[in-house]
Amino acid sequence: MQLSLRVERRPAPLWFRPLAPVIAVLVTFAITAVLVIAARANPFQAYYYFLIYPLTGKVSASEVLVSATPLLFTGAAATFAFSAGYWNIGGEGQLMAGAMAGAGVGLLVGGLSPWLAIPIMILAGFAGGVLWALIPALLRVRLAVDEIVTTLLMNTVFSFFVSYILNGVWRSPTSGWPQSPEIAASAHFPPLFAGYRPHLGLALALVVLAAIWVVLNRTPLGLRMRSIGLGMEAARFAGVRVERTLLIAALISGGIAGLGGVSEVAGLQFHLVETLSNNFGYTGIIVAMLGALNPIGAAIAALFLGLIGIGAQSVSQSLGVPVYLGDVVEATMLLVTLATLVLQNYRIRRA
Amino acid sequence: MYAVELKGITKRFGPVLANNNVDFSLKKGEIHALLGENGAGKTTLMRILYGLYSADEGQIFVAGQEAHIESPRDAIQAGIGMVTQHFTLVPTLTVAENLVLGYPTGFNLQPRQIEKQVADAAGRFGIEVRPSALVRHLSVGERQRVEILKSLFRNARVLILDEPTAVLVPQEVDVLFETLNRLRSDGMSIVFISHKLNEVMAICDRITVLRAGSLVGTVARAETSPHGLASMMVGHETFGVSREGQQAQGKILLEVEDLSALDKKGLPALKNISLRVHSGEILGIAGVSGNGQTELGQALSGMLRPAGGRIRVGEHDLTGASPDRYTAARVGRIPEDRHGGLIGELSVAENLALESLDPFTHSGMLDRKAILGNARRLIAEYQIKASPTDRTRTLSGGNMQKVLFARALSRNPQVIIASQPTRGLDVGATDYIRTKLLEQRDHGAGVLLISEDLDEVLALSDRIAVMYEGEVVGILPAEQATRSELGLLMSGAKRGTAASGSLPGKEAASHAA
Repeated sequence: MQLSLRVERRPAPLWFRPLAPVIAVLVTFAITAVLVIAARANPFQAYYYFLIYPLTGKVSASEVLVSATPLLFTGAAATFAFSAGYWNIGGEGQLMAGAMAGAGVGLLVGGLSPWLAIPIMILAGFAGGVLWALIPALLRVRLAVDEIVTTLLMNTVFSFFVSYILNGVWRSPTSGWPQSPEIAASAHFPPLFAGYRPHLGLALALVVLAAIWVVLNRTPLGLRMRSIGLGMEAARFAGVRVERTLLIAALISGGIAGLGGVSEVAGLQFHLVETLSNNFGYTGIIVAMLGALNPIGAAIAALFLGLIGIGAQSVSQSLGVPVYLGDVVEATMLLVTLATLVLQNYRIRRA
Repeated sequence: MYAVELKGITKRFGPVLANNNVDFSLKKGEIHALLGENGAGKTTLMRILYGLYSADEGQIFVAGQEAHIESPRDAIQAGIGMVTQHFTLVPTLTVAENLVLGYPTGFNLQPRQIEKQVADAAGRFGIEVRPSALVRHLSVGERQRVEILKSLFRNARVLILDEPTAVLVPQEVDVLFETLNRLRSDGMSIVFISHKLNEVMAICDRITVLRAGSLVGTVARAETSPHGLASMMVGHETFGVSREGQQAQGKILLEVEDLSALDKKGLPALKNISLRVHSGEILGIAGVSGNGQTELGQALSGMLRPAGGRIRVGEHDLTGASPDRYTAARVGRIPEDRHGGLIGELSVAENLALESLDPFTHSGMLDRKAILGNARRLIAEYQIKASPTDRTRTLSGGNMQKVLFARALSRNPQVIIASQPTRGLDVGATDYIRTKLLEQRDHGAGVLLISEDLDEVLALSDRIAVMYEGEVVGILPAEQATRSELGLLMSGAKRGTAASGSLPGKEAASHAA
């Protein structure tokens, strides 16, 4: 008898849905285990160092939170814009714009109390992100220029601009390195737990995620944004002002990415440096997609990617596996999760 | 012996029983209608025969032999062809290339030779197509003929047509029927899926009626009547809905003056259109598909920016206004394409609220209880088969249309712009929608009804305007409008005097353009 199979489109039952991410994790590890073995390490041991070990100590666990903090911001920024179908790939540049604006203000607010200095700096960072998001957003809503291309290219433009400033007017007078002077002490984000590095930025990121959840799910703006994201022409027909709504979504998204920049400057680096962002803007896109454009999902995804980042260091130190394995796991994870999200709508049946 | 016989076909989609123990038989050389309301299971049954679905239970016999049809390829090998509503032609290829696509002709394509083969086949079956024409240059009716020829070219002896007339204008329907009659006399067996009674009565030999997935019965055309079929379809007699009585013309609610607009390609689609819709009347717009009706509906919904002219509703000047301003001016709009007005992934309640969110907003937050309550009220009032939280894409066409009507009418509009409001709907939903339009007219609203269904325009309108090539070529009072008169206007053979008579001074302008 010939065994013939056919693929049917049929959404997975509800009980299966929570299993999908678990399956994605298992498949990812099955795939990447090949690389671990190639690096002459025991995959089970490797994954212990990858996923469990960083959570066993207070210091390393707190470092997971530190590395997740910028991803929470950029993930929130991408989630917000993508919900409206505005494909903001410019989180990287907007984050740096926020960082630069925050650092600039941070240099000037030395005389103010932290209660004043920190909010001003946060606002400046938000404004920086908004400004850098403004040009592609206007091009999109006024001239229908594809935002994917413009937001992406604006990242490169800003990275050169940062380089220019740091090698010029802001070059550190003490060391001569391309880094800005240190921001005022009153503008430093306080740590959340004494003696550990997680800082006010983490709390701010969680507040932002909660806020965008409320906006997307409970406000007229959110409903309009989602309606555009899910069916732009039908939304327009129903009277949604598509261009205005997209502009608002794009600018808020840029502002949130900018907050991520402030958080890194004021919570961790205290200078503006060229290497401030470790591709946080791009990773934020991964965070948003892994989180299925849900702010809660994005929070989980950002924490998970933070864990993978720290785990990659611990596995490399313990087993001598290249630290780039973390990047490979991250990328594989994205592909497998997206595949799982699509494939769970199909089932294979005997014909 | 039957050409095709289906026995005891049962098909479930999750909890939904799409076909329940259905028997169906097709004789050699007959046109057999498969009739039923939307969602009755007609298309499902034929998709099973064509191998697109597999039946959960039941048997298929082709020419007396049990056949295991598991894919369209099996069906084609068994001599079965299907023309679906969505054509599967490659627009950038020629007719001939489309026909041989996926058909083994060896590695080397010889355009001349295949064009000759296709021309031979076209001549043999009496189907008029030009083999070297690019498909993208063909009209919908011509594309359909190519689809039919494609099946015949693959030696089909059984042809399934899924609602073939839904996409055609009246003249093209006539051509299609000629083709089908010729194929029948050649011994082809044809399944004609439809929910239009007059077409079924016009062309079919036998009629099988399905209702809610089950077989109601199979009857010969000679032994039934449209009323008999209608009662089989819906379980009760339907008499159709039509306008009664004439009302005195009320005040002008919608005034369109010298409106012109360009279509997507930048070509003039509307040329100096002037119309007035009064309180308490339905102004029907008749015309052959593609003569500017789509663009008129869009322009009067805020979806197409006019190139010139004025649109006024009551006190409001809505020329070039966005859709939200139309809603604010109490214009209820029904789009030509239902999917262009509703967002499938949002819930029914969200779609119902989307047009005006202010009443559902308290201190910046959406009042979800009010949104759901509004949806429950409208669902009950408009007899929509859905729950407020259902994704809108899961609704049938008729229920989607009811959602659009509920949204538009719930705001008590003074003007209603309805584009093709009953296209593709079953008898029950069509009657319901027409009743609602008449109700609005009787309550004093002004209704602009754009429809390619001439029967609908005749049944509902107080006055009828005919569009031809982007112009209004005539406006007739309903009692003067005969089919032949409208036909002449629709075909462009005649210009009505009524157009200039009812709107003095506009005629000169329209000729100047």
